[in-house]
Amino acid sequence: MTFAFWLFAVLTLAGGLAAVLLKNTVHCALALTVAFAGLALLFLDLDAQFAGFAQILVYIGAVAILVVFAILLTRGSETPQEGVFSHNWFAGLAIAAAVFAVLAWAVLASAHVLPHEAAMPTVTVAQIGQALIGRYVLPLEIVALLLTAAMIGAVIVAMDEKERAK
Amino acid sequence: MATPLTGFLLVAALLFAVGLAGALTRRNAILVLIGIELMLNSANLNLIAFWRYGPHPEALTGMMFAIFSIAVAAAEAAVGLGLVIQIYRHAKTTDLDLMNRMKG
Repeated sequence: MTFAFWLFAVLTLAGGLAAVLLKNTVHCALALTVAFAGLALLFLDLDAQFAGFAQILVYIGAVAILVVFAILLTRGSETPQEGVFSHNWFAGLAIAAAVFAVLAWAVLASAHVLPHEAAMPTVTVAQIGQALIGRYVLPLEIVALLLTAAMIGAVIVAMDEKERAK
Repeated sequence: MATPLTGFLLVAALLFAVGLAGALTRRNAILVLIGIELMLNSANLNLIAFWRYGPHPEALTGMMFAIFSIAVAAAEAAVGLGLVIQIYRHAKTTDLDLMNRMKG
């Protein structure tokens, strides 16, 4: 366990916990950005530079901004009087704790067969690009189609109904 | 690089549990989407960690899976937030506890 790993792990988990626990919704969105940044740093720690920078571009650059826009458009920044947690919050917490217990048990029980050291992979961005237009060209095209369909769908869903009737 | 794979897997499991707890307990629909995003991201961390420690990192399988997963999660966020905005316009609230009828 290196110092960098502990730093990034604590940053990610603190950001995630704050995003889930804070009362003000705008603060939650900002904490979510911290969690995304911590995850990008963990990706860089794992020598996955391309995925790390894609994470920064897509999540911090696009998704976080989208969440802030949605919060401001729906006046979600006003904290409701009846509390921010659902009335059956205890069941949700118990389910999440049970899921974590099962996952942690599975990881720790198989710890002796999981690899501890691995040679540093030498993967360049050129190799990733060649794989994307070679072996993975069909998934790439499908993702392109999905993103186009999602963009059109999001615009149509969020469009005002009176404007749609025109 | 002395961190074992177990460390990354445990961080991902903890982040997944945090996201699940957020998605199940928050009242605001946008916060539920934030919880889902955290869960998707923890899955990405697992994919990248297994790619890094796997026997054939030069095959790029886990890395590609994570990149496509990031793209699909971005599409999901766009459509989900569009739906939340439309529901807010219709019901004047994003409180999920108050959305208890299917009739439009």
